[in-house]
Amino acid sequence: MTRKQRRLTMIGGSLAVLAVAAALVLNAMRDSIVFFSTPTMAAEKHIPPGKRFRLGGLVQPGSLVRGDNLAISFAVADGSATLPVSYKGILPDLFREGQGVVAEGALDASGVFKADTVLAKHDENYMPKDVADALKKQGHWKDDYGAKPGAAAAVPMQQGSAMPTQGASR
Amino acid sequence: MIAEAGHYALVLALALALIQSTVPIAGARWGDAALMNVARSAALAQLLFAAASFAALVWLHVTSDFSVANVFENSHSLKPLIYKITGVWGNHEGSMLLWVSILALFGGLVAAFGNNLPLSLRAYVLAVQAWIASAFYLFILITSNPFLRIANPPIEGRDLNPVLQDIGLAVHPPMLYLGYVGFSISFSFAIAALLEGRIDAAWARWVRPWTLVAWIFLTLGIAMGSYWAYYELGWGGWWFWDPVENASLMPWLAGTALLHSAVVMEKRNALKVWTILLSILTFSLSLLGTFLVRSGVLTSVHAFATDPTRGVFILLILCLFIGGGLSLYAWRASTLKQGGLFAPISREGALVLNNLFLTTACATVFIGTLYPLALEVLTGDKISVGAPFFNLTFAPLFVPLMIAVPFGPLLAWKRGDLVGAAQRLMAAGIAALIAMAMLLAWTHGGSTFAPLAIGLAVWVIAGALSDLAERTGLFRVDFGIAMRRARGLPRATWGTAFAHAGVGVALIGIVCETTWNSEYIATMKPDDVAKVAGYELKLDGLTQRQGPNFREMIAQFTVNLDGQKLSVMTPSKRSFTTRGSSTTEAALLTRGASQLYISLGDTTAEGAIAVRIYHKPMVLLIWWGPVLMAFGGMLSLSDRRLRVGAPKPAKASRALQPAE
Repeated sequence: MTRKQRRLTMIGGSLAVLAVAAALVLNAMRDSIVFFSTPTMAAEKHIPPGKRFRLGGLVQPGSLVRGDNLAISFAVADGSATLPVSYKGILPDLFREGQGVVAEGALDASGVFKADTVLAKHDENYMPKDVADALKKQGHWKDDYGAKPGAAAAVPMQQGSAMPTQGASR
Repeated sequence: MIAEAGHYALVLALALALIQSTVPIAGARWGDAALMNVARSAALAQLLFAAASFAALVWLHVTSDFSVANVFENSHSLKPLIYKITGVWGNHEGSMLLWVSILALFGGLVAAFGNNLPLSLRAYVLAVQAWIASAFYLFILITSNPFLRIANPPIEGRDLNPVLQDIGLAVHPPMLYLGYVGFSISFSFAIAALLEGRIDAAWARWVRPWTLVAWIFLTLGIAMGSYWAYYELGWGGWWFWDPVENASLMPWLAGTALLHSAVVMEKRNALKVWTILLSILTFSLSLLGTFLVRSGVLTSVHAFATDPTRGVFILLILCLFIGGGLSLYAWRASTLKQGGLFAPISREGALVLNNLFLTTACATVFIGTLYPLALEVLTGDKISVGAPFFNLTFAPLFVPLMIAVPFGPLLAWKRGDLVGAAQRLMAAGIAALIAMAMLLAWTHGGSTFAPLAIGLAVWVIAGALSDLAERTGLFRVDFGIAMRRARGLPRATWGTAFAHAGVGVALIGIVCETTWNSEYIATMKPDDVAKVAGYELKLDGLTQRQGPNFREMIAQFTVNLDGQKLSVMTPSKRSFTTRGSSTTEAALLTRGASQLYISLGDTTAEGAIAVRIYHKPMVLLIWWGPVLMAFGGMLSLSDRRLRVGAPKPAKASRALQPAE
């Protein structure tokens, strides 16, 4: 093979791999990306049952009900709308009423959000970022959401470099 | 006093770094040996002062000097000594100080062991190191000074985040930083080569051991972090495709590619321009990792806005070094002479294929990590790109790479014989097929994916072993002769075999854990029995205990297998009063490479407790694999040819002299 042919083989091979990778990325982008919604956004967008999304908001105080066999239901609120959530399993350490939560799952036919994952960030403000942003945008942010005993000044927690930032429970 | 001394030492280190970044370059331009030699002493002195500054911060933490803001925010007088020390890098300021201290350490090592480098190359390399160091010293001094005092010192500190009060923190960040920062050396060598406009095989000979050192640490650091997350976060996950993890995976992928392309450059003097580009990219990805984790852009795009100086400063450093490095590359790369020729089917060709797949896989991780950030900045839409995305993109790209791995070492340089290599891999292929067939029969009706993936892993491991068998003539010649040949093999060959086998081992662990793990989640009362994967776990009872800076609720489980008592497991839940938060301490029982894993949830009013019990088959292989890879790296590193600071052969010395 001449130098030119070798180079062409090489470039051709590289382009083929890149094309395959691009196809994989585009395909994955279409299917496996999950959007974030608050209860209000979920109601406005009319998300169809079965479509996966992340639901974020505050756990409505007084809404937490623990049933048999670790069945749990609670409501997520964002100030203007609430959405009932059902979940089976163990809630993360940071889950509490009145605090922020992000749940991943889909709506069922009766309009209840069936969560298979409940996330709570390892953030000392107990406020997942998506929730805080959404609440701020809707004007429901109160500074005392972030307050907790012993940590009056808000020092952004920067953890060890590869600290996984989410604790999740399935 | 100590805090001020530490601060002052940091300022002096900056001053030295500024001298080191200018004077040697002028010396190299004018051919003045005295000026070029300034680099060496400056680098060593800079190391001294950076280390002094770091030692000062450690001292402040150990003595619990709460008049220093950093200590107050992250320490507590009752915290055990080990966590007082590790707490130094469990926060932003301290970890940045660790970062620059390691940078200074690497600069110092090049200065100390670089006596046989051409003088001008050493001057350039150390100057580039000093540019990076100056930028980060400035960053620390301007935006994140760890030595700031509080006007009215409080009596007690706020304590370290409980999740970080773990031995994992002692080891994981320093390892990871040794890896990240270690790649700065290959970056500096690349920039030096571009500035000098010359590059030869001796250059690659120098770059390879440094890259290898960084790669070993990064491999161990990532594995360590993964194991830490596995046992500390309490739900048995070991890799989350979290942006912070991806930030460490990307330099690893690029660094692995660099390691392989440097071989081609050293042996065949080819792929020069590509190797230079990879060096720049690898360190750029390390910087990007630092930026992603340290700027707060991941916790929130808005954390960026609440503390803009830090984020913007690191972003500037990022743009300066990545942009500058790539522009210099675009401008000067064409001046480097093209290397040797080789056929597509050859050792070089195989290494190019390796590079192609590794960099492409790295690019998909890059897209998956940064796309959500870019989308949020541009459109405000929030999306999450999780495991499904990476499983659909990263995994398919790794399959052809794994198939190709055993062929590489068996192909000859310049022009290889694919059929011959395939014949020599026959045994490995048969082993893989047998493994697949047996697993398919055994798990009849189960997933077909897992047996195929394990067959692939067996193929990689057996391929690595056949390479060794082939080279020693095992089974063909007398056993004694084969053993003697085995001793005579270059250590680098052994290293390659171990590292490649490590990939296969890790793959087996990953596949077994994800496919056949069993899970039991329920509320349990004392004397309840849970059955998981043949094991019977009986909850004996719950007890309370007072720790040094936490209260702990311990559950005791008796583990039985076939009616025989095996062991007792004691998972616990700790609540830390100072921060008002709790952590779950999982209990692990290791059986061979498999583990039983128990973590606790909340207690109910009736005295029952929610528990999560997992049986994770072969899970330990996930971390043994990387350890094997790192061991292979160390073997390679100990190869005479590559030893850091090894005396160069007399002939090469003339070729290494500066052109002037």
